[in-house]
Amino acid sequence: MNTVLDISNKNIPGSDLPAKSEESVQYVNELTTLNLGPTHPATHGIFQNILQMDGEKIVSGEQTIGYIHRAFEKIAEQRPFYQITTLTDRMNYCSSPINNFGWHMTVEKLLDIKVPKRAEYIRVIMMELARIADHLICNGILGVDTGAFTGFLYLFEERENIYEIYEEVCGARLTTNMGRIGGMERDLSPEAIRKIRAFLKRFPPIMREFEKLFNRNRIFMDRIIDVGGITAERALNYGFTGPNLRAAGVDYDVRVMNPYSSYQDFEFEIPVGKSGDTYDRFMVRNEEIWQSLRIIEQALENLPEGPYFADAPEYYLPPKKEVYRNMEALIYHFKIVMGEIDAPVGEVYHAVEGGNGELGFYLISDGGRTPYRLHFRRPCFIYYQAYPEMCKGLTLSDAIVIMSSMNVIAGELDG
Amino acid sequence: MTNEEVAKDLIRQFGENVYDFDEPYGMLTLSTRREQIISMIEYLRDHPLYQINFLTTLCGIHYPDDPEPARKFCVVYQLHSLVNNFRIRIKVFLAENDLHMPTLTNIYQSANWMERETYDFFGIIFDGHPKLIRILNMEDMDYFPMRKQYPLEDPTREDKIDALFGR
Repeated sequence: MNTVLDISNKNIPGSDLPAKSEESVQYVNELTTLNLGPTHPATHGIFQNILQMDGEKIVSGEQTIGYIHRAFEKIAEQRPFYQITTLTDRMNYCSSPINNFGWHMTVEKLLDIKVPKRAEYIRVIMMELARIADHLICNGILGVDTGAFTGFLYLFEERENIYEIYEEVCGARLTTNMGRIGGMERDLSPEAIRKIRAFLKRFPPIMREFEKLFNRNRIFMDRIIDVGGITAERALNYGFTGPNLRAAGVDYDVRVMNPYSSYQDFEFEIPVGKSGDTYDRFMVRNEEIWQSLRIIEQALENLPEGPYFADAPEYYLPPKKEVYRNMEALIYHFKIVMGEIDAPVGEVYHAVEGGNGELGFYLISDGGRTPYRLHFRRPCFIYYQAYPEMCKGLTLSDAIVIMSSMNVIAGELDG
Repeated sequence: MTNEEVAKDLIRQFGENVYDFDEPYGMLTLSTRREQIISMIEYLRDHPLYQINFLTTLCGIHYPDDPEPARKFCVVYQLHSLVNNFRIRIKVFLAENDLHMPTLTNIYQSANWMERETYDFFGIIFDGHPKLIRILNMEDMDYFPMRKQYPLEDPTREDKIDALFGR
């Protein structure tokens, strides 16, 4: 911890924070500058925050981001559509299938492809599993950051089971590249269905145990109630979406407001909080896990029969058997793999409810094989701006739990 | 509240300063001039019926091949009314030698980083922004990488040229 030195050089990040000479009169102590990160173990990711502290209290803060910026928007301008799926994986890597399907749905909207019901239901199942995995990480780690390791261990075993389901469905675990433009690359296998059913049976008691451990735990509550609260008005102004916005009391959920992938067929509730503090965010995520389980149960129960991919030969890879015997299939296979198919001219915005909020894809196509411009609306990037305001006047340990409960994912933040 | 109603109302309010109406995939899209953009976004937010009070995205686009010099750059605002579930996309075109836009940070806090990102990638200057510096790229970068003239990879590399497919 260093004391504030001369910060007259305006190019240093954080240099526009209140200088000690002018404003420290009103503070109890001399202000100190604290570098929280970039490689701080409690930030779980590469985040730097330059905090100005008055003793133990945070006076102001300034984030530095971009440590893992990979220029996805630039790369996407050089790639045919199906190759962009692998970029979306690496944004919110805690819930990759949501990103994958969000991108596929954007392209389907551009191409006007109608996806069969079965594919949509499979997508819903996978997306809700991804949401559960995402929330499990967030809430499990919130426990770790407040000093309770047990819950994290309980939940991570279940996350592992979700990853095994991914493996069964698409072969990969973290960066899934799941599904294809037009549907799924393969049908749900009996083994995958068995694994999902086993998960639905085994997970609720563990989740109940986790909730028993945390929800009314006096120590935990004292640590997080009224920590990092934000009003609904400020949250909207800051562009919050997802569980963080719902914790502040706004019932905005893309799944309900603009249903995609047959979400209108399912019955579920949107949990909302009141004060937008860390406890509310925690509780909203917990409740969303239960709602996601409800959705998965309904989707699995009513899984329609029929094809699992759309009739879009120009974008959906033909089966390998066909490629070897059928001229047309071979040509399509070649064209898809080499990315030689021109997309129609158009401009489309599509949003899905990601683990952290409205994950949007703004795609402009000029008729070429690649997007002319692709902009990702990355919810983390937008709501992380509010972090200093939420930390103001609190202590360092509070700042850690606020970041944890906001679920800032470095990959999504930096894009 | 339909696209047509909003479009007619905006024409009534802003006259010939709104043009290029379109509805790609059902989303009302229109262009305006930069002098009007702030008052238009304010009007849409404060309108008792529309209540378009949420800034979804703000991003830039580069059109180097556009024949008109006044349409080389574009800033796109996508707004959302959470009350009416109505989305609108507003574009402002800029000339390459005059890349200035008024800042939106006084209306939406969320515009702060979005504008910094747009500046970082395209070099569009948002006048009145509290701290317009690069956000994702390193600070000593001396160009704006999302402009089309900058290739993705080092152009001197020869092992990545795929001449067979005319790229």
